[in-house]
Amino acid sequence: MIQVENVVKSFGSRLVVDHISFHVREGETAVLLGPSGSGKSTTLRMINRLVPMDAGRISVEGNDVTRVPGKDLRRRMGYVLQHYGLFPHFTVAENIAVVPGLLNWPKDRIAARTRELLQQLHLDEEYLPRYPHELSGGQQQRVGLARAMAADPPVLLMDEPFGALDTVTRSHIVREFSQMEIRKKKTIVLVTHDIAEAFQLGDVILLMNQGKIVQAGRPAELLFRPADDFVTSFFAEKRLELEMGTVRIADIRPYLPPQADGQPPGRWDESRSVWQALQFLSDRRPEDASEGAPAPISYHALLNAFDAYKRDYHA
Amino acid sequence: MPETGQTLFGFMREQAGPLFHQLLAHIGLTFISLLLAVGIGVPAGILIARRKSFAGAVLGFTGVLQTIPSIALLGFLIPVLGIGPKPAIFALFLYALLPIVRNTYTGITQVDPTVREAATAMGLGSWQILVRVELPLAMPVILAGIRTATVINVGVATLAAYIAAGGLGEFIFGGIALNNTNMILAGAIPAALLAITLDAFLSVIQRLRFRNLRRALWLMPVILVILSSFYLLPDLSGNRMLAGFTPEFMGRQDGYLGLKKVYHLDIRSVVISDAVMYKAAYDGQLDVISGYSTDGRIRAFDLVTLTDDRGIFPPYYVAPVVREEVLQRHPGLEKVLNELAGRINDSVMTALNYRVDVLKERPEKVARDFLVEQSLYKEPRQPGREVIRLGSKIFGEQYILIDLYAMLIRGNTDLSVETKTGLGGTQICFNALQNDQIDLYPEYTGTALLVILQANDSLVSRLHQDERQIYDYVATTFSTRYHLRWLKPIGFNNSYALMMRRATAARDGIRSISDLKNFLEKK
Repeated sequence: MIQVENVVKSFGSRLVVDHISFHVREGETAVLLGPSGSGKSTTLRMINRLVPMDAGRISVEGNDVTRVPGKDLRRRMGYVLQHYGLFPHFTVAENIAVVPGLLNWPKDRIAARTRELLQQLHLDEEYLPRYPHELSGGQQQRVGLARAMAADPPVLLMDEPFGALDTVTRSHIVREFSQMEIRKKKTIVLVTHDIAEAFQLGDVILLMNQGKIVQAGRPAELLFRPADDFVTSFFAEKRLELEMGTVRIADIRPYLPPQADGQPPGRWDESRSVWQALQFLSDRRPEDASEGAPAPISYHALLNAFDAYKRDYHA
Repeated sequence: MPETGQTLFGFMREQAGPLFHQLLAHIGLTFISLLLAVGIGVPAGILIARRKSFAGAVLGFTGVLQTIPSIALLGFLIPVLGIGPKPAIFALFLYALLPIVRNTYTGITQVDPTVREAATAMGLGSWQILVRVELPLAMPVILAGIRTATVINVGVATLAAYIAAGGLGEFIFGGIALNNTNMILAGAIPAALLAITLDAFLSVIQRLRFRNLRRALWLMPVILVILSSFYLLPDLSGNRMLAGFTPEFMGRQDGYLGLKKVYHLDIRSVVISDAVMYKAAYDGQLDVISGYSTDGRIRAFDLVTLTDDRGIFPPYYVAPVVREEVLQRHPGLEKVLNELAGRINDSVMTALNYRVDVLKERPEKVARDFLVEQSLYKEPRQPGREVIRLGSKIFGEQYILIDLYAMLIRGNTDLSVETKTGLGGTQICFNALQNDQIDLYPEYTGTALLVILQANDSLVSRLHQDERQIYDYVATTFSTRYHLRWLKPIGFNNSYALMMRRATAARDGIRSISDLKNFLEKK
């Protein structure tokens, strides 16, 4: 879907993006992760040609981006910015309707689409006639998301989309976003420096440093098979939390003792991460046990299985 | 000070017609130039916001334009654009340019770059970004610039009266020249109210919410065009000859009022500064002007004076008017000042004026040459502590006379001399003399009779236009009423006169003011 080959970009004498290549498959979310100045935003902006590349080739949906007129290219790619970039002189409804308007959608189609987006983003319709400055940061970013997805573009480019929000709002929106129906079909490239966000949203993580992709792969691969010391040290601080968040019960099933079998799937979902399973155990109240439902598994058994899995993965 | 006893309201009611006419002209001048400035300034601001390398040069250039004094700018434009509305509108346009260009530039460059990036990323073209995003967001700042320009223009447009472009300035400058407070206020108050009203109106637009702003902005050009057209409406009437009169002439009995009352002369007229009047007549932009008979430019520009066959212009023999107290304190002074008596006749004065007005020689040099030639010149003595203050009106002849007296006093007495040239009108000079701010100035008998003493018709006819009788009446009255002494006349008569180009007057057979009147009525 998105193919980046040997792309180079310098600003003056400073090499910002140094021969990078990667591929994002249709419907996949790729996260460009890395410290500030690693070239991730520049890479993103070269995809919709906000920044022209010096050398290399980028194709989207099979078309070389340099051969498509900029306007047409961009109307097929939603773009979400860190500081929302809403038009302050347009109402929420007008902001959302910009791209559909450019594409000459009829009014009722725009209205129906707007309603659908608001519902999925948990925004009340009463906000439609308001101006952006009357909204909270979280609401503004929801409008920004709605605007980017309004014309149902196949591709979504997101530049630190949740970076300006406070921690609580941010985790809400990230969760909502990860669960959105209409997001699931989209091919997404997302830039962030927040490791937890990258792991939560990314199917693939492209870890960048000094203009190069240091390692690309599934989150677990970066954690358990780091390509070099930079990758190891980049995740060092939150390693345990990340590992537990990445490994799923399904992954460690072979290492669990047999008494964990037979739990009702609704409450003991195999797609939960080890971290979520631990939280689930921790949240159990004593009464739950007295109702006759036995504890599904002990902390101890869970952690043992996790350790065993890690050992085997490294080996 | 002569007090007419008329109230401001009374004056304004009496002058309601001309006042309204000039108010419309003023609004028209302001808005035509504003329309041009918006039409050129906003695109220029957009251009330099896009190509920042030009910004410094363009803003610098418009900034320099702003620093040129308005009167000087009008002066520079006369050789290029002549007199009348064209140079006035052009000058106002130049003044309005800076705030509009600068605010457009500022407004567009301060649009949040994130918003611009979002617009680009959504697939808006650069024209769409300009029209749908940048201009609407910059609009409050652009409107603030237009608002500043409007207020500047209302103020500067008063100066248009100096170059025959009309406007409320005609009342203001006429009032200053005649020391008529009501007349000044009749021009100044509407001008101030106009500025305040327009400012308030634009501030309301500026504060509108975006949605309403869009509607208001469509109305703006319509309003601008309508207001601009005010200027063009009144000028369609009138016959084909155009007269240019100074602000002072417009308000004098021995001037425009007399022309109307005695000759019933009906001529389309504009107000103009005497500094540019002769040239404008020469260039054919004016057909008739109110000149001074000894002005050096009459000869240079080949003008003829029309005979005053019904005698509205009395003799204007010039003599120094001195405070009596000064003459008593310095007994030798009177004799020194009388050295010039009878020495300068009309043609001598005209020749002296010609050197100053046309050949652009310094009045001081012309005065010295004359004294040397007359063997009156003496090297200045060591000046003492006592000071004599000489005043003059603003034109070449008075400058020459003041320099003559200054040299005579310095050469023949131990007094120091201080000159206060540039007292802009008869009443201003006279008030300065009365209030002990100057000790003497050269005045003309006819002017003293009609402007200062406000002689009524019966008195004027009793004096029979006789130079001797008028001098005696004026001298006696000044002495008893004001304790001011008229010394001996210098000899020449610098009369007000109507003037035309020699060729035009000859072609149309006009020799007198009555001929002019008949010629105009025939057409």
